[in-house]
Amino acid sequence: MRYSGWKVITQGLLGNKGWTPAWREPAPKAEYDAIIIGGGGHGLSTAYYLAKNHGLRNIAVLEKGYLGGGNVGRNTTIVRANYFLKGNQEFYSHSLKLWEGLEAELNYNVMHSQRGLINLFHSDGQRDAFARRGNSMINQGDDAILLDREGVREHLPYLDFEQTRFPIYGGLLHPRGGTARHDAVAWGYARGADRLGVDLIQNCEVTGIDIENGKVVGVQTSRGAIKAKKVGIVVAGRSSQVAAMAGMRLPIESHILQAFVTEGLKPVIHHVISFGMGHFYMSQSDKGGLVFGGDLDFYASYAARGNLPMVEHVMEAGMTLMPMIGRAKVLRSWGGIMDMSPDGSPIIDKTHIDGLYLDCGWNYGGFKAVPASGWCMAHLMATDQSHEVARRFRLDRFRTGHLLDEEGTGSQHNLH
Amino acid sequence: MRLTCPLCGPRDRREFYYYGHEDYLQRPGPDAGPEAWDDHLHLRDNIAGEVRDLWYHETGCAQWLVVTRNTVTHEILSTELVADRKKKGVRA
Ligand SMILES: Cc1cc2nc3c(=O)[nH]c(=O)nc-3n(C[C@H](O)[C@H](O)[C@H](O)COP(=O)(O)OP(=O)(O)OC[C@H]3O[C@@H](n4cnc5c(N)ncnc54)[C@H](O)[C@@H]3O)c2cc1C
Ligand SMILES: [Zn+2]
Repeated sequence: MRYSGWKVITQGLLGNKGWTPAWREPAPKAEYDAIIIGGGGHGLSTAYYLAKNHGLRNIAVLEKGYLGGGNVGRNTTIVRANYFLKGNQEFYSHSLKLWEGLEAELNYNVMHSQRGLINLFHSDGQRDAFARRGNSMINQGDDAILLDREGVREHLPYLDFEQTRFPIYGGLLHPRGGTARHDAVAWGYARGADRLGVDLIQNCEVTGIDIENGKVVGVQTSRGAIKAKKVGIVVAGRSSQVAAMAGMRLPIESHILQAFVTEGLKPVIHHVISFGMGHFYMSQSDKGGLVFGGDLDFYASYAARGNLPMVEHVMEAGMTLMPMIGRAKVLRSWGGIMDMSPDGSPIIDKTHIDGLYLDCGWNYGGFKAVPASGWCMAHLMATDQSHEVARRFRLDRFRTGHLLDEEGTGSQHNLH
Repeated sequence: MRLTCPLCGPRDRREFYYYGHEDYLQRPGPDAGPEAWDDHLHLRDNIAGEVRDLWYHETGCAQWLVVTRNTVTHEILSTELVADRKKKGVRA
């Protein structure tokens, strides 16, 4: 069924009885041409572009829980292309362009809202660094505007500019940055992939990877063995475990990242605000909730929930920056398991096993990457060649020293 | 979350700095080659379950601890001073 405004009106008049399921619930077949392990944003977009761009039809996505139940449904939805390093820049730039056409592409309202992202700075040195970043964004073909303190005040008059710890000197505005509805992105790609014939198989946990003579031949799952000559591992925080099924040890450590949302309020925050020095960022959802978060809890963890010290830290940072939010009530907090890489950048690459591909290492920034990651992973799986915008996301770069350490914090997984 | 420092007793998590897996104790020699350094700095078993990792009692006694804990439940199972381990001859 094609969705449109007209459909919403007519269905409304007919008691909404005519909506059909957005995708099928097929039983797994004995064999596929390609299997994607993981039904998060990246797995679903990979399946979609394998079908759409490369004409594969016999594809399955195997998801151990339900579609979109992982990080893609837990993140704070910031979409941006403000990277500095060659290698990251062209990739995120490509991703943002895909975002800009995504709703038309998928015939699905993903509520992509380019409300502008402002990264605050608090010293002369930081201003220089942001000016340089902004210039490199512009050179890449994206947009950036350096704001002084008064410039920031025009956009965000409610910040505490004079706070003693981190007085605000200005900000880097990325007008095309913004947010999207996270679940809708997963559902939109799922529906799009299903319409192209992809089997989306939920409650199907991969428990083993079958390899013969250095080639992948299929997977073992909680719903039986399934054959395939191409298998993509796209499981975010669980990457190490699934890769271990193929005898691999990855440069990944899993960490917990928390997020928070308040009760619904009238529109008050119109941008995405990032307060890096305080480890705090915030936007307001279309429902009215203030959506915010901070840094990792900092220790390796597989619990999809965090600890109180980080809750306190985030609240303190929020109150330092914008005391006006002090009376908003926090409704919920939650956590997601992040696949942290030692340089903060992702991996989209072949493995040493023929037909086995890897897409992981998204750290806390993989939501914005959903379109381009799927695009590039599909390209890799279909052609055995890295896509040109993802060619530096190699698995062996840690050994060869070709790191993409955007923040310059060194080889410690939790510092990115 | 609280960790029991062998010297200072049970202390709030905020007093400690988390460094990473105890792999970091096995530092390769300067000439060990890229594979050994890659293994040391980057590759991890990253287990969902019981692990041993390094914590620094930053605002306490300034000792390094090896903490055995569960990454799924956040339960702390035991703690030991790195210095004691070395004395016992456990390969650092
Ligand atoms: C609190 C929080 C805030 C964030 N904020 C942002 C943000 O503002 N902007 C941004 O760009 N990014 C953000 N991120 C990061 C982003 O959410 C992730 O990088 C991204 O969603 C990861 O890719 P994914 O969607 O494919 O992962 P997931 O949705 O986690 O998908 C992986 C899937 O694999 C499945 N799986 C695992 N093991 C198996 C198995 N053995 N068999 C079958 N299936 C399996 C899982 O069940 C899961 O559904 C945030 C993350 C969190 C937790
Ligand atoms: Zn101590």
